[in-house]
Amino acid sequence: MVDAQFFGDGLTYLNPSDLKGKLIAIEGTDGVGRSTHIEMLQEWLEVQGYGVLTTGWTRSNLMSKTIEMAKEGNILDRWSFSLLYATDFADRLEHEVIPALRSGFIVLADRYIYTALARDFVRSGNRQWARDVFGFALVPDLVCYLRIDVETLVLRVIETKGMNFWESGMDLRLGNDLYDSFKKYQSLLIEEFDKMAEEFHFEVIDARKSPDEIQDELRSKIQPLLTTNLRSPELPSDRLIHPAPST
Amino acid sequence: MSEQPPLPRPPHPYPGKLIIVEGIDGSGKSTQLLLLHKWLESKGHRVFFTEWNSSELVKDTTKRGKKNKSLTPTTFSLLHATDFASRLYHEILPPLKAGMIVLADRYMYTAFARDVVRGVSPEWVRKLYSFAITPDMAFYFKVPIEVAISRLLGGTRGQFKHYEAGMDMNLSPDVTESFRIFQSRILAQYEKIVDEFQLITMDATKDIEAQQNEMRHLVGEALKDYKPRRGTHGRRTVFWRRFDVPKSE
Repeated sequence: MVDAQFFGDGLTYLNPSDLKGKLIAIEGTDGVGRSTHIEMLQEWLEVQGYGVLTTGWTRSNLMSKTIEMAKEGNILDRWSFSLLYATDFADRLEHEVIPALRSGFIVLADRYIYTALARDFVRSGNRQWARDVFGFALVPDLVCYLRIDVETLVLRVIETKGMNFWESGMDLRLGNDLYDSFKKYQSLLIEEFDKMAEEFHFEVIDARKSPDEIQDELRSKIQPLLTTNLRSPELPSDRLIHPAPST
Repeated sequence: MSEQPPLPRPPHPYPGKLIIVEGIDGSGKSTQLLLLHKWLESKGHRVFFTEWNSSELVKDTTKRGKKNKSLTPTTFSLLHATDFASRLYHEILPPLKAGMIVLADRYMYTAFARDVVRGVSPEWVRKLYSFAITPDMAFYFKVPIEVAISRLLGGTRGQFKHYEAGMDMNLSPDVTESFRIFQSRILAQYEKIVDEFQLITMDATKDIEAQQNEMRHLVGEALKDYKPRRGTHGRRTVFWRRFDVPKSE
């Protein structure tokens, strides 16, 4: 990310210009297979010799326990809800993502700030505040959005892990039961993701396709980033190895 | 750091009153708020007190982060905003809606001063707190740094806390010197905030009683038109019950 940028008011105590790696975000609602695809991408990149760091939503050392506790209480207001996620995100950004990018790693982010923006918008009807809060986030080099329609999603989630309280947005009381609420909540999220896909230029990938097809498409979107990287003269040549042709 | 016009923050629409105090450690603001609390209660008011960084969930996290020394200026700021949001929602708004007087020991201005000194963007932290409601009265207890130091060293505490002295910022290996540098920078930020948000400046070098008399006078004036709502809730319930027709589904 030679011209790394912050979304809004950035980290004033940090210079983003020396970040050599690439930041790739995989977005999409629950149940579209993000984590499986990220595992496969990591394998693919590592075989080619790239250093890879994966980072996931709510996985920070500082906040993962706190967020679990907050969710158990089910007492989150809209602001605390978004701020807890923002704190988790900031902790991972400053302690994992930025150091990795500085050392030339490829960072695969399982969800990025767009998840938080969509969730906050569905709860508040207002886009500005959450965008301001996440102003310190780095603009990724690439955002791949695994898009699915709510009908397919419902079937998939029921077949696999089932619906849970938060993925159903039960705090919003959108429906009478888990099923109704899940459907309404996820439809609203998808609608907002679709809008952001245009605004922020996501690469949209149809998540109803077979896992192999999705993986191929993801790789074809990522590949150009790797070749650009190889051509940039300011990068140390020992850092990167020639990628194998994508399968 | 650019000078920015004051944000247009309208007064809150609730029947209660929100009174807050600000100032550096050792300014005596908590003592003054405690005395005001006693006075308001003696006048028969229903008063609710809330304090900066006091919600259980966030306090534990902050403690953990401080212990590992893993807090950055941004996570430090976000954690305090989370605590504030949670207290606003659970502790400040309900009593204000119920028509009570809420007293807050520190408010968003603490973040505007302290988090900016720690290194976050002044614009960002103001936007972060844009959901906060405007207090009805905001007192700033202004005190020279040497007075604050001698109060803290001579008082019950006897020593500075690690973060309160900004020891994490490597300003000086000497804790008193670190406190002096860190809190002086906070004082400078408060000076800007006082103008930006029209805080009421109190001379915190005066005697405790003199300050308290002045504070009570100002609060008394501001509460002249304040009508504590008592008992209305119960009456209204009875009133509506007469018209309550069971709905058939």
